[in-house]
Amino acid sequence: MIMETFTLKINGTTKSIEVDPTTPMLWVLRDHFNMVGTKFGCGIAQCGACTVHLGDNAVRSCQLPISAVGDQDITTIEGLSENGDHPVQKAWLEIDVPQCGYCQAGQIMTASALLKKNPNPSDEEIEGAMNGNICRCGTYTRIKKAVKMAANSELS
Amino acid sequence: MTHVKTQIGRRAFLKNTGLASGGLIIGFSWLNSCKPKAVPEKEMELALKMPKEWSEFNSYIKIGENGVVTLMAPNPEFGSNVKTSLPMILAEELDVDWKMVLIEQANFHPEKFDRQFTGGSQGIRTGWPGLRVAGATARQMLLMAAAQQWNVPVNELTTNNGTVYHKTTGQEIGYGELASLAKDITIPEEQEVPLKAVSDFKIVGVSKKNVDTKNIVTGKPLFTMDLQEEGMLVAMIALPPFGMKIKSVDDSVAKSMPGIKDVFTIQTLQDDYERNFFDTTTHTKIAVVVGNSTWEVMQAKKALRMEWEEISDSEFVMAGFRGKTTIKVPAGLESTEEHNEKMKEMSLKKGNVLRRDGNPEEAFLNADKVLERTYTAPYLAHNCMEPVNCFAHVTEKEAVLYAPTQAPELISGTLAARLGLPEENIHINLTRMGGGFGQRAYGHHLVEAAVISQEIKAPVKLVYTREDDMTYGIYRPTYTATYRAALDKDNNLIGFHVRGGGIPEHPVAANRFPAGAIDNYLAEGWALESNITIGAFRAPRSNFIAGAEQSFLDELAETMGKDPIDFRLELLDRAAKNPVGENNDYEAERYAGVLELVKEKSGWKQSEKPGIHRGVSAYFCHNSYVAQVLELSMDSEMPKMEKVTAAIDCGIVINPDFATNMAEGGIVDGIGNAMFGEMSFTNGVPDHKNFDTYRMIRFKEAPETIDVHFVENDTDPTGLGEPPFPPIFGALANALYKATGRRHYRQPFITDKPSLVG
Repeated sequence: MIMETFTLKINGTTKSIEVDPTTPMLWVLRDHFNMVGTKFGCGIAQCGACTVHLGDNAVRSCQLPISAVGDQDITTIEGLSENGDHPVQKAWLEIDVPQCGYCQAGQIMTASALLKKNPNPSDEEIEGAMNGNICRCGTYTRIKKAVKMAANSELS
Repeated sequence: MTHVKTQIGRRAFLKNTGLASGGLIIGFSWLNSCKPKAVPEKEMELALKMPKEWSEFNSYIKIGENGVVTLMAPNPEFGSNVKTSLPMILAEELDVDWKMVLIEQANFHPEKFDRQFTGGSQGIRTGWPGLRVAGATARQMLLMAAAQQWNVPVNELTTNNGTVYHKTTGQEIGYGELASLAKDITIPEEQEVPLKAVSDFKIVGVSKKNVDTKNIVTGKPLFTMDLQEEGMLVAMIALPPFGMKIKSVDDSVAKSMPGIKDVFTIQTLQDDYERNFFDTTTHTKIAVVVGNSTWEVMQAKKALRMEWEEISDSEFVMAGFRGKTTIKVPAGLESTEEHNEKMKEMSLKKGNVLRRDGNPEEAFLNADKVLERTYTAPYLAHNCMEPVNCFAHVTEKEAVLYAPTQAPELISGTLAARLGLPEENIHINLTRMGGGFGQRAYGHHLVEAAVISQEIKAPVKLVYTREDDMTYGIYRPTYTATYRAALDKDNNLIGFHVRGGGIPEHPVAANRFPAGAIDNYLAEGWALESNITIGAFRAPRSNFIAGAEQSFLDELAETMGKDPIDFRLELLDRAAKNPVGENNDYEAERYAGVLELVKEKSGWKQSEKPGIHRGVSAYFCHNSYVAQVLELSMDSEMPKMEKVTAAIDCGIVINPDFATNMAEGGIVDGIGNAMFGEMSFTNGVPDHKNFDTYRMIRFKEAPETIDVHFVENDTDPTGLGEPPFPPIFGALANALYKATGRRHYRQPFITDKPSLVG
């Protein structure tokens, strides 16, 4: 297997890594850069726990080979805001959404990507965006409230 | 002021005597030695100014000279809020300002803490008396120290928010200033320690934010999966299907792959090992791949070539609540189709009589009409969002583990025996769990990680893939129950019969409602052996039988021409006023109370709104009472959950907003499992391995609104992790019937298979 060197822009910082080019971004983040906020849930892009932003898009990092990233900006939960005060994070705190908390970074990354593109989404648009993120604890009702709260705070 | 008779709180003080106060670690310092440097200092600075000196009062309470208080969260946290709510009980009786409180997660220290077990919805119920006394005793010591200082009688002193007051002289002193004096006061006897009256509570009953939410929403390392220790290797395991064992492992390709250190097999438990309770494991001989990084190990695992062979019949001895039992493991490659046929056969035979009141046989002989319905449900996988994992570093002297575990006390002895180490040298650190739901009460992953670490002589993080997590076993069993009701010519209910069974256990709770409400009652149970392992799954047995029973009562009410809520209330009225039998496992008044409340809050008396169909259900389990009304509409063939109204009696509610969150979660989880949850098998191989084919409830399938109401009372608190889950299966089935005209007897309700007709 040929190792390759990749230079990545993660949360505004340039990082280099020599790794097997098929390695998914998830494991580059977690194992090589020790950025463990992005979670491993299923490995097949079905649960959304590993969601990060590639440019402005929410993507499942478990199915994103490092070789496909190129020069696109990557944003993870650690880089969503400086002090944990992104409107989505604030709404999550206000509604006290999480139970176990494991899926929530992925939920927040999906929600924040949605609101960046569509600051005032309809219920259907929220459902469409959030439907790919599983929460076994069943906090969906609160997630919906928090997404709406964040949307309103961004508009105001 | 009231007194509670308990020795637990006092023991916390006595236990602590002579122990080195090694617990002066704050927040998430378990990660300080790990690579991802957490930023607790910054977080803490923002929140509170750290004291220079701590005075340790007991295992649970430390007070700094500046009045900052550290409270220990004794139980492992899997999302039910015990890390916040248990310390709230301490803070209440200590009478401190919640803003001055830091919470620290305790590690497993049975000599310092009682019952560090999260499960059975018992954390709050069992923690309540002891934590109250522990908090109140520390408060009393502070009062005694102030009394000495001021030379006044203790009973003239009062406290408020971390300050002691002497009203007569107008003196006051903060807990911080008193702490170093108070910690050496002779521990007062329990009768000298008053507890607060419920009406004086200021913290308990007032919503507090989950103490970890900030760390969760900012992606801080909180879970064992997040741990990255220096020199740590990653391990994965490979397992045969059920009914098979490893014959040979061809590791020639895997071993030479990049980043791979070793491939080998381990024996987690010796065949003749007398197992501890919950030492459930599907395979004791497993193949292991160890390497540098998760992705590399994942690839090498796929390159393993393994041969299986069929197991023979075997058995092992396991300790249990009622002494040792011999567990039989039959040979064979089992399939769901065959299970269903066998269960159908068994349903027609008599089971073991669990309870018999009056003369049920005669009642059925004399019946004018008999309603009989059979309900079935499949195995379920837990599917915690954090796949099973465990960190272990085993040396010649000790074993250090970090694990998502609900029950460290149940695995510590087995670890010691297997590793050949004294039990006091087994250190289990309790990290936040990404879900538990019963699965993490089984500690096989701790044994696996520890044996791998011992073998490879290095710190190791064992990681299950989602496929491993879903196919390893320890499922919710598959169940069936047949209900029969005997009606006389006037449509009076004269006999009731439930016969339930399953693989490998039956789901019948014979002494629960409607036992006690019907003169002629018969409950039977039967079970079939299997080599597919099972375990606790959110509200064991109740998670099936509640839905079956509540669906049957709905159909029975309809047959009798009665309103389903009024019908239940009539039965409960009988059970309250003139109960049948003496061993009824519920309080009929409290049961009726939640039904009355849900009737009022859901607007049940008004007729259904156009296009809205509703169903009701109520159940008692794990010491709490829950009634629910579910309203749905139909969007072509798929139901859309509009609203669930829940009424809950769990006594005093410690943290109301989070209690509401738990109830909402239980309802969503229940709807999901009722509609979609299903694990099936073909020749010992699980048919579903990941979320592409194991259907979980998703965002748009959750109810639009969940309206949760708690019965207000001063009864000692009981749990909430499980009770809101079982009844919703019935409420959903009953609402679906109203929407479609078709009763649902087989879970999951939404499936591509043809539905059985009653």
